[in-house]
Amino acid sequence: MNPIRKQRIYALIAILAGSILAVGLVISALSKNLNLFYSPTDLLNNNLSSDTLIRAGGMVREGSIKRSSDSLSIAFTVTDFKNDLLINYSGILPDLFSEKAGVVVQGYLESEGTFRAVEVLAKHDENYMPPEVAKLLEEDE
Amino acid sequence: MNKMWNYIKDWFIEMGSPPLFFKWSSKILPWLMLVTFVVFILGLAWGLFYSPTDYKQGDVYRIIYIHVPSAILGQSIFMFMAVCGFITMVWRVKISGMLLKSAAPIGASFTLLALLTGSIWGKPTWGTWWVWDARLTSTLILFFIYAAIIGLHSSIDNKSRADRAISILSIVGIAIIPIIKKSVDWWQTLHQPSTFTLTSAPSMTPDMYQPLLVCVLGFYLVFALLLTMNLRAEVVAREKNRSWVSKQLLNVDK
Repeated sequence: MNPIRKQRIYALIAILAGSILAVGLVISALSKNLNLFYSPTDLLNNNLSSDTLIRAGGMVREGSIKRSSDSLSIAFTVTDFKNDLLINYSGILPDLFSEKAGVVVQGYLESEGTFRAVEVLAKHDENYMPPEVAKLLEEDE
Repeated sequence: MNKMWNYIKDWFIEMGSPPLFFKWSSKILPWLMLVTFVVFILGLAWGLFYSPTDYKQGDVYRIIYIHVPSAILGQSIFMFMAVCGFITMVWRVKISGMLLKSAAPIGASFTLLALLTGSIWGKPTWGTWWVWDARLTSTLILFFIYAAIIGLHSSIDNKSRADRAISILSIVGIAIIPIIKKSVDWWQTLHQPSTFTLTSAPSMTPDMYQPLLVCVLGFYLVFALLLTMNLRAEVVAREKNRSWVSKQLLNVDK
């Protein structure tokens, strides 16, 4: 190959490597800060003050949802299957909010194990299927 | 091996010579339009009207048939541009610089479409239009890189210099692609992990993913069509003083 072209290829590879290295370093430095939310286990070992707005996330534990009969208040437990976090919330929930589904809540950690949410977001998974298939799967269980 | 490589290179350079490109693209353009139209309409109609509803999200999930193809295109057009950039820098092939320049607005549009449809999808399912999680933020950065490429090219008057400038930018920018791709696995995000992966079967039933694959193909064809049209305009704009342009476009000898 023409030596000038060879030189250009080396220069480009160096530029590419440099850019990947730079981005890689930024990402490894930020690493944990790039998570959108804390899991209940993360919050257990964290000394966050109760006036810091944070996000927590996990799965809504089955049978843990307690709705109030005369207001929009709701309490439920979010779990990462190691630790639990009790969430208190008052407001409108997204359509996909349900037991055994992922949620991300924004709010304040009040005392150990309880969380006052100001916003509840539903997380959905990557599985899609027609209702009939879902029903069959449920019957199998 | 070397001989074959040279053959391919010569073929590429010859097919990419502006007059010849203009000639052969004129011939394939109507066919490309027809095929694109058929596949695009077929995929969307199949996905939007004839695929089953989702057990959890109901009909809302159907936006996947636009969201996923546009996100895939937004990323693969960038990879295509980085390859064009590499060829432009090393071999100084004129047409690859023009390809890069012509592809940028299309890639930016698909990325914007992915962001918008994602936002529209997010409101009824997640409960929010936007959240600064790793997947959404990195896709927004990709859109900004596209915008930078378009802006940089138009700010340099000398076209071949402008081509080289955006070549470098697209090679440097390629580092964002693996981050977008892996963001949902590396960090906790609101966005769900990919339904399609190279290593395992899609977590979707066949009657749902088959139309999605047709949609992805349809979007690729739309890209091919728009790219061809953009490139033809670019070639004519840059070579307007050459005699082949007046010969082919106006059928007159200059």
